[in-house]
Amino acid sequence: MSIEVNGKSLEVDEEGYLANLSDWEPGVADVMSKDDDLELTNDHWEIINFLREYYEEYQIAPAVRVLTKAVGKKLGKDKGNSKYLYELFPYGPGKQACRYAGLPKPTGCV
Amino acid sequence: MARPDFEIPELKAETEVPAVLEGTMSHSAPFVAKPEHQEPLHYPAELVEDWHDRAIAKMGDLLGRYRSLRVYLDSCVKCGACTDKCHYFLGTSDPKNMPVGRQDLLRKVYRRYFTLAGRYFPRLVGAQDLTREVLDEWYSYYHQCSQCRRCSVFCPYGIDTAEISMAAREILNDVGMGQKYCNEIIAKVFRIGNNLGLPEPALVDTLEGLEEDVLEEDGVEVKYPLDEKGAEVLLVTPSADFFAEPHVDGLIGYGKVFHEAGISWTLSSHASEAANFGLFIGSYENMRNVSMRIREAALDLGVKRIVFGECGHAWRVAYSFLNTLAGPFDFLDPDYPVPQHILEVTHDLIKRDAIKLDPSANDDMIVTFHDSCNIARATRMGNMPGGQFVIPRDVIRAAVNNFVDMAPETTHDATFCCGGGGGLLTDDLMELRVKGAVPRVDALRRVIEDHGVTHMAAICAICKSQFTKVLPYYGMGMDMIVSVHQLVSNAIVLGTRH
Repeated sequence: MSIEVNGKSLEVDEEGYLANLSDWEPGVADVMSKDDDLELTNDHWEIINFLREYYEEYQIAPAVRVLTKAVGKKLGKDKGNSKYLYELFPYGPGKQACRYAGLPKPTGCV
Repeated sequence: MARPDFEIPELKAETEVPAVLEGTMSHSAPFVAKPEHQEPLHYPAELVEDWHDRAIAKMGDLLGRYRSLRVYLDSCVKCGACTDKCHYFLGTSDPKNMPVGRQDLLRKVYRRYFTLAGRYFPRLVGAQDLTREVLDEWYSYYHQCSQCRRCSVFCPYGIDTAEISMAAREILNDVGMGQKYCNEIIAKVFRIGNNLGLPEPALVDTLEGLEEDVLEEDGVEVKYPLDEKGAEVLLVTPSADFFAEPHVDGLIGYGKVFHEAGISWTLSSHASEAANFGLFIGSYENMRNVSMRIREAALDLGVKRIVFGECGHAWRVAYSFLNTLAGPFDFLDPDYPVPQHILEVTHDLIKRDAIKLDPSANDDMIVTFHDSCNIARATRMGNMPGGQFVIPRDVIRAAVNNFVDMAPETTHDATFCCGGGGGLLTDDLMELRVKGAVPRVDALRRVIEDHGVTHMAAICAICKSQFTKVLPYYGMGMDMIVSVHQLVSNAIVLGTRH
C-alpha cells in the first residue's frame, strides 16, 4: 500500500502508518489528515512537531502524560490535558497524531 | 472516537440472548503477522506449503503435551450450558462465537485425524478434513475468543475454551499464520524489554516526569526508581502503566504506597513489562522466554521480593506459572509470597495501619469495580478462597466512601470480559471489541442509572485501554475508567508514617 505525497509514492502499512520514518515530510500529514476530513491548524502542528522531536531523541512516542505536560508548558495549563488532545485528534492523540507525524503505531495494552 | 462502519448494539436493562445469525462475524480477522514478527518467535515467516501436514502434526504434538486438550475435545456432550455465556456471542449473534461452536471448529478436525470413528466414518461423527477454508475459519474465530474462561465456569465438564483457542493459535503460528498484534509485541519484548518498545532513556525521562508531578501536586519527594540495585522489591508492571491514561495514575499510586510504607523498591529496564503475550498465543516457549527476563532482573538487582502491578493476564502467568517457567525463586525472601500482587501489598499495609487513607479525597466519585477475567477465574490473592474478589474491593472501600457493585451475574467468577482481552486489543478488531463489551456495558449502565455511579475501577491494563476506547461508542466518557491504585493515590495521606 502507498500514499501519494507531492508526486511521490510513499509506502504505508495496512493501518496507514509510514513504512519508512525517513520518508516523512510535512505533506504526509496534510495528505493523511485530508483523508480523515480533518483540517490541520497550527495547534495540530505544535503536537506533530513535538512528537517528531521527542521521537528523534527517544526512539518512541512520548507517554500521554509527557505529552500533555509539554503541551501545558508551551501552550498554557488549560491545554495540558488529554481532553484538549482528543479535541484536536479525535481518533486518539497517541495513534492519529503519531500517524501524521510519521511515527510507528504505539503497540501493547494501549 | 472513529466513525464506525458497523452497527453499535443497543444497550438493554439486562443483556438479552440474541437470536442466532449465522456467519455475521465471518469477515472478522486481525492482520496476519509479517515475517519480521514471526521469525523472532521461531515461527515460519509465512504460510508454509505443507501447512496441512504440519498443522495435523502440531495438533498431535499438543495432544501429547497437554492431556487436558484431548479431554476437552473428547468430553463435550452438547448440553448447551455454554451457549449464552460468551460476551462475543451475546454481542454478535454469531453461533460460531458460542463456546461450543468455537470448540467444534477444532474438534471436527481432531475427530477426523485422531479418533477411530472419525477416520472411518467421518460424516457420522461430524469429523471434517482440514482444508484451507477451515484454516481461515480458525484464524477468524480463534481471534474472536478473549480466553476469558467464563464459559468454563458454566460447563458441567469444565471444558476450557481458552485452552482450545490457545492450542489453535499455536497451530496457526506453527504453520506461519500468526497474528500481527501479538507477535509484533512479543518480538518487541525480546528486542527492547516491553510491549510498547520503550527504551531505557524514555523510561528514565517518563519516571523523572512523574517525580516532578507528585512533588508539585503533593509536595512530597516520592521516587520512581529504575534499576536500583539492592532494593527490597522489584515491581514488574505493564508498560502501559508508563505510557497511557488512566494506567499511569495507578503507577503513581504504587510509588506513593511504597514511599509511605518505607519499602525500598525499583523498576527494571530489562523486565519493564509484566504482560506476557506468550500466554495468548499458547506458546510455552515464548511465555518462558518472556518470563525469564523477570528472573534475570531480580537476580541482577539483588531484590528480595517480586511484586506485580495491575495487569490481568500477567497475574495469571505470575501466580499460576512463574515458578515452573522461571523458578526456583529460592533467592527471594521466603516470608513473602512469590510473586506478590501490589493489591496484596497495599491491602496488608492498610490492615496493619501502616498507611493511612482518607476516602473523602474521592468523594466526587461513586465507584464500581470490574473484575478482570484472568484474575477472577485463573488466580487468587491473599490466603483465602475468593481473595481475588475480596482484596480489590477492600482496598477500594478503604479509598472511597461510595462503592457499588454491579449485578452478581456479571461479577466475581461470573464477570464478563471487557471485550479486548486475550490478544484482541487491536484496532483491526474494533467491531468485535465494541460488540463484545455489550454485557459489561449493560451492567455498568444499570448501576449508573440506579446508583449514580460515576467511575469504574479496573486492575488490568487491557481492561483500562479497552473501556477507554469503547465506552464512547455507547455515549459514556472515556475518563470514567480509573485504576484502583489511582483511587489509593488520591486518598493516601503522605508524610504521616515511617
